[in-house]
Amino acid sequence: MKNPVEYLEIELNKSVLTFLGIVAAVLGAGLLSALYMEHEGHWVTGMSNQIVWGLPHVFAVFLIVAASGALNIASIGTVFDKYQYKPLGRLSAWIAMALLVGGLMILVLDLGRPDRLIVAATKYNFKSIFAWNMILYNGFLFFTGVYLWFMMDYKMYKHYPKAGFAAFVWRLILTTGTGSIFGFIVARTAYASALLAPMFIIMSFSYGLAFKMVMLKLACRFDGRELGEKILFRLKNLLGTFVGAVLLMTIIHHLTNLYWAKAHDYEIWILTSGGIYTAMFWIGQMGIGTLLPLAIFYHPTLGKNRNMILLGALLVILGGLAQMYVTIIAGQAYPMPLFADKIVSSSFFDGVVAEYHPSLPEFLLGLGGFAVTILATFVGMRVLRLLPSSLSDQVVDPAHSKD
Amino acid sequence: MRQGLIALLIGLLLPLAAWSGVLPQIPEARKGESCVRPTDEMRKNHMKYILHQRDETVHEGYRNPQFSLVECINCHATKDDKGEWVSVKTEKHFCNSCHTYAAVKIDCFQCHADKPEEAYKQANHPLILREGLSEDTIRNTLMEARQ
Amino acid sequence: MSCKSCDCNQPAQPERRSFLGGSVSIIASMTILPGLVLHEVKAKPDDQRISNKNRWGILIDTRKCTTECDACVTACHKKHGIETHGRPDKDPQWIRKLKVEDPLTRKTSSFPIMCQHCEHPPCADVCPTGASFRREDGIVLVDRHLCIGCRYCMMACPYKARSFVHEETENPLPHTPRGKGTVEACNMCVYTVDKGGIPACVEACKLEGHQAMIFGDLNDPESEISQALLREGGQQIREDLGLNTGVRYQGIN
Repeated sequence: MKNPVEYLEIELNKSVLTFLGIVAAVLGAGLLSALYMEHEGHWVTGMSNQIVWGLPHVFAVFLIVAASGALNIASIGTVFDKYQYKPLGRLSAWIAMALLVGGLMILVLDLGRPDRLIVAATKYNFKSIFAWNMILYNGFLFFTGVYLWFMMDYKMYKHYPKAGFAAFVWRLILTTGTGSIFGFIVARTAYASALLAPMFIIMSFSYGLAFKMVMLKLACRFDGRELGEKILFRLKNLLGTFVGAVLLMTIIHHLTNLYWAKAHDYEIWILTSGGIYTAMFWIGQMGIGTLLPLAIFYHPTLGKNRNMILLGALLVILGGLAQMYVTIIAGQAYPMPLFADKIVSSSFFDGVVAEYHPSLPEFLLGLGGFAVTILATFVGMRVLRLLPSSLSDQVVDPAHSKD
Repeated sequence: MRQGLIALLIGLLLPLAAWSGVLPQIPEARKGESCVRPTDEMRKNHMKYILHQRDETVHEGYRNPQFSLVECINCHATKDDKGEWVSVKTEKHFCNSCHTYAAVKIDCFQCHADKPEEAYKQANHPLILREGLSEDTIRNTLMEARQ
Repeated sequence: MSCKSCDCNQPAQPERRSFLGGSVSIIASMTILPGLVLHEVKAKPDDQRISNKNRWGILIDTRKCTTECDACVTACHKKHGIETHGRPDKDPQWIRKLKVEDPLTRKTSSFPIMCQHCEHPPCADVCPTGASFRREDGIVLVDRHLCIGCRYCMMACPYKARSFVHEETENPLPHTPRGKGTVEACNMCVYTVDKGGIPACVEACKLEGHQAMIFGDLNDPESEISQALLREGGQQIREDLGLNTGVRYQGIN
């Protein structure tokens, strides 16, 4: 059952360059937006004292969550010894790092004082889950980097399962940490649930895999490499399972909230009368991000169509962004309960749903994070041997191949 | 040869610099005979003193005025020809005159006042002291503050 | 003063210059306004550290607070130089008047709400750099030298007490430094309190004649605030969170 996989750098042909040119333009727009917001102050954004985390955080948290999920394909190959996934190990590890860097870039550029990054890097409050996350992020880059190195260096190759295991454990902790950023917020009805940590882990599986599939598909198409049905359908089925698992977790989360009297009002609001947030939940998260991809993936003919599979993965990404929007923005927009059973009003929007109108610069900064990730992914594939020269059924599964 | 050239260059440039006004025109302090430390020492170490006292003040509540930034400004801020307090954005300001020359960027005044306490009507002096204060004083101060 | 880490531990040289705001030595227990008795609390000397012997707090009697009056809000924002830019959702509010109505009895009460100066402040727990912290005497502050503007504290605060500075500050006051990109909140007029005074809101309330607010040392059983709490008790907002707030209320219904 030997896998004579050959890895090769991708060619910088015209289609790759055109694609990367567009991506770089998006990144440029994102960086200019960040500069503009930083120079003017945050008043030019839609964020306010009511909605303190906005669109940039929606994108950033999505990318960070996806990062740990993208590593999963590598982990399945290494830790769970599924040999069919092993040819994708290198690329998975690289994309995982690229996703994290993209997400962190957004977070950093959205800070009120990004010039004080050195403070964040030197002063730690160890009670803060945020401070822990900074350590977790750096650790993730380190462990994944070592893992990738061991996979690629024939001298270290024998140690790579250990490195893979370490990276796998680390990524679980990392996503727990990301989920806990919200889970630890006791004050807000929408958060304050231990369920958020495991939920974020499941979400990461789904988002990371979807993103990785899109990248893989694009790279193979641009470079004219074969992407066999075996691996593609395997990935598709896996993604379907993950999307289903996220659906299950979402249902549980809402059911527990419906069980707690104190969260009734919030649940009724978000599920029925929350305006844009209700729409985001039902149409974005549930419709586009969950039911539609599931329908595609498990449809007897659509599920075998390569383009439809790509579309399904894209929908999962869009749905993921919608889910982040609902989690992050709606959670803040819903008024905080100062008194359990009283009607509250003030000059500072107490007792009313806060409004949020995202501005273009915020949106561009968010897209810029994606752009960084995509650029890093392709640059990596160009300078390193990350992508197998072929992912045909023969390469992926020589023992069971028809040829 | 090389040293000679450098010396020549410096010799040429220095008077040029002084002539063109490149050297900082540091305004004289308005109050007091001398600073809390000798001038040489302050030039070299003022940032250390301020930084050290900063953390002690913010976190531990020391209100020792010796190395307080507010006190620096109280003495060293000056007025311009029109009698207006000089802003730190201009090179006439004590801090900025030297910092521009030395090309050291400081961000103190992104948050801190660049003018002395007396420039502000509503400077933070306590009206009612916990120990008590005469009724007249409070009333008068309050009247003043409201104008 | 006790300097450990730098070489500046020579004694101050008072003969060289005199400073404003030397220690105030008027110590008397006297009535300054009708019905207002001030107790002997000696101001902390400038060169002394704060200590956990004190726990500063504010007690707000909502029955004495009227709906129309916002003297506390005005005084606070004036004292700290809080500017408005006509953007209510982005302009900072260190203190605001809250109107609370009981849907059952239709009874309403009105009172100010600001940083509650928790003993276990969620803002300080979540702050990655330790910029949000609680002083030993119970005052919760943001060290703006450490704040990176991540706004996690604003997510965590149950009272929406914190504001982010969305634009450059025009003219910060000497004792209230504040600047773009950092988070700020009620600081219980920390400078004034250290100098032996009382917070602007409490002062304004007293001078307005409502006397709905009492400032004092919760750790001192003899203090006016402790006595009032002993007599009539006081409630915390979101008591369920177990934060042990330094700001207490009476008569919310």
